[in-house]
Amino acid sequence: MLAAFNDRQWLWLSAGFYFAGFLLGTWSLVRRGRPSGVVVYALIAAGYGLQLAGLGLRGKAVGGCPLGNTFELFQFTAWSAISLYLVIGVAFRSSILGYFTASLAASLTLLSLSIPAWDSGRRLRFFGHNPWIELHAALALFSYGVFALLALTSLMLLLRHFSLKSKNLGGLFSFLPSMVDLDQIGLRLLSTGVVLLAASLAVGANYWLRDPASASIGKLIITVTVWLAASIALILRLRGRLLAKRFAWTGLLLFAAALLSLWPIDSSRQALTVPSAPATVPARP
Amino acid sequence: MSSPGFFLLGTTHQRAPLAVREKLALDAESSAALQSELATIAGLRELTILNTCNRIEFYGVADTPDTLARLEAVYCARQCFSPEEFAAFRLSLAGQDAIQHLFEVAAGLDSQMLGETEIFGQVKGAYATAQTRQSTGPVLNRVFQKTFQAAKYVRTQTAITVGQVSIANVAVDLAHNIFGDLKATRILLIGAGDIGEKTAKAFQSRGAASLTVSSRSFERAMELATAFGASAMPFDQREVRLAEFDVVVGSTAAPETVVSVEAVATALRKRPARPLFFIDLALPRDIEAGVADLENAFLYNLDDLAKIAESHRVARLAEVERARAMLMEKSAALWQQVSAQGAPQAPTPAAGKPAVSPA
Repeated sequence: MLAAFNDRQWLWLSAGFYFAGFLLGTWSLVRRGRPSGVVVYALIAAGYGLQLAGLGLRGKAVGGCPLGNTFELFQFTAWSAISLYLVIGVAFRSSILGYFTASLAASLTLLSLSIPAWDSGRRLRFFGHNPWIELHAALALFSYGVFALLALTSLMLLLRHFSLKSKNLGGLFSFLPSMVDLDQIGLRLLSTGVVLLAASLAVGANYWLRDPASASIGKLIITVTVWLAASIALILRLRGRLLAKRFAWTGLLLFAAALLSLWPIDSSRQALTVPSAPATVPARP
Repeated sequence: MSSPGFFLLGTTHQRAPLAVREKLALDAESSAALQSELATIAGLRELTILNTCNRIEFYGVADTPDTLARLEAVYCARQCFSPEEFAAFRLSLAGQDAIQHLFEVAAGLDSQMLGETEIFGQVKGAYATAQTRQSTGPVLNRVFQKTFQAAKYVRTQTAITVGQVSIANVAVDLAHNIFGDLKATRILLIGAGDIGEKTAKAFQSRGAASLTVSSRSFERAMELATAFGASAMPFDQREVRLAEFDVVVGSTAAPETVVSVEAVATALRKRPARPLFFIDLALPRDIEAGVADLENAFLYNLDDLAKIAESHRVARLAEVERARAMLMEKSAALWQQVSAQGAPQAPTPAAGKPAVSPA
């Protein structure tokens, strides 16, 4: 039966698992219990596998990374964030991070699936069979996934700060990691995001220098601005100028900026390209 | 009678006052000697002794009520305690009731400090000792293994162990919420009062290694520092060196505050990346209230800590019935399995009923 699924069906199934992780965590919290770290992790891992299958079907159809429309950009960003969570979630050992990640992944994937216009057409051979430009796009989107996770840890830090200042330590607040731990993981995520985005820009610049018409100035400015903002935040944090609450707010704003930049980037690419095809990839005959 | 009967015999803080429990408590030596004596009782097939400051409980498998009576007589004789007096404090349960009691004990439901987790380790220790003495068998092995599972289940499925219920432990938990691992956390204890000392002990028991004591009397600071394996600091340096510490515990008897907002603001500028946590246990207060308004400083006074401890205690109480019901289901299932193995007969006269045997 699964073999008959098309790519969107796989992705709906995946979103269902992420949503189940969110529901389970919410149910546990409502019942004043700690969300089960293992179960939430397993649900996210299952969702991740299904999402990989869906994105894989699309990738096969377009002969490259499925980054051809807003829907795919959202899906890929969520997938990147989950990839990283599956690695750091084990080391961080915080069931509440799993709950927050499941919530974010469910939001991004369900939102993208529920707006058909975002997936009404897809550009074929968008990368022109150029693996470097494909790597550039994949790295950039992966760094956005890192910023997504940074936004989650930043939100957790703000909640922890609020709970300590307001002396309200029950419920959800009792399961949050410590402020210092959240600050440290935030710093590492920001560093990773900056490095990945820098690598993406370096690869893209190499291609753009050879063919300046291949990328619009608008896209270039937006991407470089996001990277610059992240780099400045990192420098200020390392110099002890951007700390605690302000650092957490910056993490949230960076992800918001990254997410908002997807539309102009996608629009600028549409202006430059190429034929579009119906989005849904049918199941293999 | 050949079938095994699972029983519990003993007394707890619910029945016996401290003065009686003192007389009934076993030290390691007398526990070993008693175990040897009990080994000679015919019909006592398996035995585990749970001996803590709040309870002395014998869990075992006996053939007949006479076996239990002999166990009680031997124990009372060793403790030079009148059997008639013991009967007034005695807790004697059998079958599923005994299992349910053991489950509740291990889960912390029967503890003086509801939901405490130390008892779980004590039950494990008692079982391990019994295994070493080879006094356990198929029934006790099964019952105790299931007890550990049931206690863990209840602890994760309910809020029975959530939050600390003593002022000192609440303070340590708060520090944990700010700094995470306390091993590298530097603690300054200003004042050498009793409550400050308890808090310092609580920090040390949770892994804090770096402790400094500062008091108006340097001798008293030295004395306390020596007792804790800590270092002492002259009182007049407390504000200048504030930036060296992560947690500051104030417990002086000073009539005015001893840490000012300005001193804290200066300290925070010297260590911008790390927060400062103040625990003010003094009356009148040691830390200026304005410290709470500083960005990366957190201030909790005695009232704040007491409120948190009380809210945890109330939250735990609210979970007792749910936890008990969960354990009841599990004890019934276990008793069914144990019964099926050997159709046990409860050996006590009060079999199947939680009761104090008549004097």
